[in-house]
Amino acid sequence: MSGLTVKDLVVDHGAITAINGISFTVEPGQLAAVIGSNGAGKTTLLRTLSGLKHASSGSAQWSGEYILGKKPENLVRHGISHVSEGKSVIPELTVKENLALGGIWRKDKKDVVAVTKEVLELFPRLGERLSQRADTLSGGERQMLAIGRALISRPKLILLDEPSLGLAPLVIEQIFHTIDQLRHKLGLTIVLVEQNAMSALRIADIGIIMNLGKIVATGTATELINDPALHAAYLGY
Amino acid sequence: MQQAINALLIGISNGFIYSLMALALVLVWRSTRVINFAQAGQAILSTYIAYEIVTRTDNFILAFIGGVLAGALVGAVVEILLMRTLFKHVSDGPVAALAPVIASLGLLGLIRSVIGMVWGNDQKPFFPPVSTNGFTFGSTTVPFSRMNLLIVLGAATVMIIFTLIFQKSNLGLALRAAAFQPEIARLAGIRVGAIRTTGWIFAGAAGAVAGILISPNDAITPYSLDSLLIFGFVAAVIGGLESLIGAVVGGLTLGIGLSFILTYIGTSLIFPATFVVLALALIIRPQGLFGSKAARNA
Repeated sequence: MSGLTVKDLVVDHGAITAINGISFTVEPGQLAAVIGSNGAGKTTLLRTLSGLKHASSGSAQWSGEYILGKKPENLVRHGISHVSEGKSVIPELTVKENLALGGIWRKDKKDVVAVTKEVLELFPRLGERLSQRADTLSGGERQMLAIGRALISRPKLILLDEPSLGLAPLVIEQIFHTIDQLRHKLGLTIVLVEQNAMSALRIADIGIIMNLGKIVATGTATELINDPALHAAYLGY
Repeated sequence: MQQAINALLIGISNGFIYSLMALALVLVWRSTRVINFAQAGQAILSTYIAYEIVTRTDNFILAFIGGVLAGALVGAVVEILLMRTLFKHVSDGPVAALAPVIASLGLLGLIRSVIGMVWGNDQKPFFPPVSTNGFTFGSTTVPFSRMNLLIVLGAATVMIIFTLIFQKSNLGLALRAAAFQPEIARLAGIRVGAIRTTGWIFAGAAGAVAGILISPNDAITPYSLDSLLIFGFVAAVIGGLESLIGAVVGGLTLGIGLSFILTYIGTSLIFPATFVVLALALIIRPQGLFGSKAARNA
């Protein structure tokens, strides 16, 4: 089986159960938006899928391989890149070094050079700031850098945690537009965690709505957007 | 005037040794957040191995290489066997931060005892490979010998090698990334566990160089590098504990500062003076010369 399949996943946070038995499937090339308020378990879900957090029970498969219990540094080698919450860059390093980080483990250095060039074409602003430290970048630029670094490992599955966090509306729109472009161009499978429900669903194929560690609704993005009950309860607006 | 020049020369030579020890402590601190008191033990063990090689072969270069390799190996063994086990079993609560430090103190005692059992606790003469008589210019002899020159050149070489590795190589980039943000480094595919061990290996080697270079001025005992640990620690703190350049500048500052105090005030003041320098440095610049406030809070 290909794609991402999560089955009966339970993750505990000390005494608290952060994720309480969730199951879903994301087909290859799909963008799944995981929506929910603070404490719904969205970030924990991504941290578990990327190997940062241990699951208590359940299973998760990516491209037919079981991924729970594997280390993040090994999952990257299996095509899973996690862009963690809050602009996942290393502030003390330069833009160039942050990008280089994504390619250190890769043997195909020629392709690292090629994909770095692609990333800089995608985000020309980063190209102008290569020798600046990452902490001098704006919030939007940092998010671009984090996504750029993830792309350099040539991922097939990207786990994106709240790329819109703390960004201005115009920048958010730009980031979502880029994500949408990227996945079509590169054929990426994406799990996008967002509080910004409508923006995320607009570019998503399917939506997964979580509340207090459980999935309360799933469906195609269009269905969810048009469901008046969900609107009132979870999507806001 | 001559007295001031002499104080400066002694200070530079000592300062380079302090810098190396500080470098070792900073490398371990950056990679695993442990203040490694066992560094003095690891360094003196390496020095004893160099001493053993030099007594058997009369070849200082061979002894130096052997001692430094032993230092690197001991660093790896300590990290893999002791520190990883500790981190695995004690990962939460206030004990987590303290346990490795206490363990390193215990290890210092253990290493000294083992050395005592193998080589004895009495002084062993570590013969210098080059002259320890000061250079003579006309009628004045300065307190700076070929051995001091070797110390300065050796220490400077190690520092240049480290700087090149850290700033120019992928390994250096991985070391820095893992030190600043281990989680993001892992997500980028860096094997942070292996990188931490590498930090300890480099530290072990740097400590060994310090021990092997300083010991030919004196006899060695299982305890003879304990004071160097204190100087190295003070130098590292002056430099900000996070920064390699800080360690070097901190070491030279302390070396030269102490040398002037000893020359003009008195030799019995060396330890009180060290703590005065440390206290002043912390009062004037709590984050250290090259440390950022954020780093200190982290």
